[in-house]
Amino acid sequence: MSKMYYRELYCGTPVRYWAGMALLGTIVAIALGAAFYMEHNGHWVTGMTNQVVWGLPHVFAIFLIVAASGALNVASIGSVFGGPMYKPLGRFSSLLAIGLLAGGLVVLLLDLGRPDRLIIAMTHYNFKSIFAWNIILYSGFFAIVGLYLWAMMDRKANRYYRPIGFAAFFWRLALTTGTGSIFGFLVAREAYDAAIMAPMFIIMSFSYGLAFFIITLIAAYMWGDRELGDLRLARLKNLLGVFVGAVLYFALVFNLTNLYVTQHHGVESFILLNGGVYTAMFWIGQVLIGGVIPLFLIYSPAFDKARWAIAAASMMVLIGGFFQIYVIVIGGQAFPMSVFPGKEVLESSFYDGTVGAYAPSLPEMLLGIGGIAIAMTMVAVGARMFKVFPESLEDPGESA
Amino acid sequence: MSVKNDQPDMNRRKFVGTTVAAAGAVVVAPGVLLHTVAGADPESRGASAKHRWGMLIDANKCAEGCSACVDACNSEHGLTGHDRPATDAQWIRAVKLKDNSTGHINRLVMMCQHCEHPPCVDVCPTGASFKRTDGIVLVDRHICIGCRYCMMACPYKARSFVHEDLENQSVNAPRGKGCVEGCTMCVHRIDRGETVTACQEACHDTGHGAIVFGDLKDPDSEISQALKSQNSRQIRADLKLNTGVRYSNL
Amino acid sequence: MRSSFNSIRRFTYLLAGAAFAVTSLQATGDTAVIKGSKAASMESCVAETNDIRRNHMDYLKHQRVETVRDGIRGAKFSLIDCVECHASKDNDGNALPVTDEGQFCEACHAYVAVSPACFQCHRTTPMQGNGSLGAVDLEQMKFQSLNASSLKEWHPVIHAGSESAR
Repeated sequence: MSKMYYRELYCGTPVRYWAGMALLGTIVAIALGAAFYMEHNGHWVTGMTNQVVWGLPHVFAIFLIVAASGALNVASIGSVFGGPMYKPLGRFSSLLAIGLLAGGLVVLLLDLGRPDRLIIAMTHYNFKSIFAWNIILYSGFFAIVGLYLWAMMDRKANRYYRPIGFAAFFWRLALTTGTGSIFGFLVAREAYDAAIMAPMFIIMSFSYGLAFFIITLIAAYMWGDRELGDLRLARLKNLLGVFVGAVLYFALVFNLTNLYVTQHHGVESFILLNGGVYTAMFWIGQVLIGGVIPLFLIYSPAFDKARWAIAAASMMVLIGGFFQIYVIVIGGQAFPMSVFPGKEVLESSFYDGTVGAYAPSLPEMLLGIGGIAIAMTMVAVGARMFKVFPESLEDPGESA
Repeated sequence: MSVKNDQPDMNRRKFVGTTVAAAGAVVVAPGVLLHTVAGADPESRGASAKHRWGMLIDANKCAEGCSACVDACNSEHGLTGHDRPATDAQWIRAVKLKDNSTGHINRLVMMCQHCEHPPCVDVCPTGASFKRTDGIVLVDRHICIGCRYCMMACPYKARSFVHEDLENQSVNAPRGKGCVEGCTMCVHRIDRGETVTACQEACHDTGHGAIVFGDLKDPDSEISQALKSQNSRQIRADLKLNTGVRYSNL
Repeated sequence: MRSSFNSIRRFTYLLAGAAFAVTSLQATGDTAVIKGSKAASMESCVAETNDIRRNHMDYLKHQRVETVRDGIRGAKFSLIDCVECHASKDNDGNALPVTDEGQFCEACHAYVAVSPACFQCHRTTPMQGNGSLGAVDLEQMKFQSLNASSLKEWHPVIHAGSESAR
């Protein structure tokens, strides 16, 4: 195999790079404006209420955080599982993971009731709270993946490469376990409260993270006019197929288990049959767009090496994944909590027993999209500052 | 005792043990003593684990169309609405229920159930949700970051998030935008030595008397006697949270 | 024209207030309390003025933990009492928020460029003059009065203070 040379990302003309940055910067600026608007007026200007307390920003944030840990997988395959085809992609994988996590956390932070109290979140810990653990897991992720990146880029640090690679791999598993457990540990709501949430979030992260990785990789190599071989993309594509199938499998097991338990029939029929927009999101968004069609695009011989099919499949995995998290986060809250089992609520001023209404507002949407833009900005800046991308990812044997 | 004995020198061990114990006593004793002295004056000591405050709500006595307790709570704590029911704070609410199988209709009031094992306290990342030693579950708004995880975790929908700027708050309940809040069991009254909450007072004044408030740990209190003499239940008792608020005739 | 005159006048007041605050920090005998507030009629704050000036934030922060977490009330340092004493009244006899421009809390904190977070949640005017434990009448947003004995019982500091002032 020919030697790999890494080089900072220059996009032909400076205009091309800076135009991209300007676009991202504009989106980020609009998002910050939206966040200020929401914080200044209070949350009543959003779609969130006392019934649906977590809204679109949380969907975006959780989506990005889950994808972040998954984006690190390519690097892990290179170092932990020793895949030579993946090793040159390790640096970008780590950078993308850091960027996505930062984007997700910014959205999460800016949706707090008191974002000015970040320092309190960093100094007051309740160690029984999985949320508090997540704050530690997220901070640690930045540190460990930062070290990992350094070990990959600095020849002198190369001997730490494998141990840090292992540490990063286990840390990312812990991180996604923590994120899934945010929902797994909620006894009050029937849509959550399941141990399977943690492994399901891990497999979701594999899928979304890889899809993000493939899309950004293709985009970066187009942007930078560099060679990207079909063989490597085919490997990534096949791996994505396995992950997408696994996500569907976990969704099946999760819902089958619930269907077996009489107590959970209500929430199951809400998600699967009569939940209106949530049912549609589950079947059309999560299953069809996020599962069936990508699997077809990935495995059908008709699209063997078609790059557009790979990009489209990845994009649809991301869209489907977004719907999946939407159904989990918002569908799970919209389904009325069973405060009085065996009773029907005739009257309540606090919406007991009724499906929670939630309509996402524009500022929430802008803030969420801003999170993605922040992630992409960090990747673009990082790739320009550091030698992250191999100069060429031609298939081995084609040259030299 | 022979010097060349391979048995351990028990005298030495004893000596070391006694010394350590004595040193420990010297270190610990002042703290214990001071603590005892400090705890001597019950007036200034505030919440005490000798009490557990609770409520018994009689669903049969909760009258149709009455909102005295809700109004009293709003007035006591300065809870002003903005005519936006989905986001306005509600610390106590009336709920009308119909049994699915028997058709029996009940009315009752819901508020924070002041659990012994409160899920909101477990999940709070900063420790802003906490339980006082006397069993009252509160939000310390000084360190609440407004993440709303407690609202996700509460099985009773007992908490509200402040969705807008407030002014003219009551001194009984300082509250502001971006924090979560809920029933305080009129903690400002309890700390003053009163044993009547605003809702109980109002319910009593209307003549319904559906709410009994008192100390669950005092066997002679009205509530303890009532709980002993009649059947009552906790809402979502299956969660084993051991709520401080109980219901009879439900 | 008029409005600019007003803003100049306001600025002058602010300058005067700031200068006042500086001088009062240097000379113990001087006072920064607002004329017409209850504090103006009293000898000193709940502790020596210099001590309060330097340490009030720590005292209040310590007190807030004890009050919220442990239910210890009626203690020496209390934010309710700060507002109680230091709020002044306008010409119609209505209490002015201590955070209004030129008022006790605002004047000094603006001068030292510190933004107190207390009043994001806490009330900025006394409830019903000196009554601090009343309930809000939501109809008219007026405040029910409490009988004096209960006030005395739970706010011994204020009353001890006002008596010694007499």
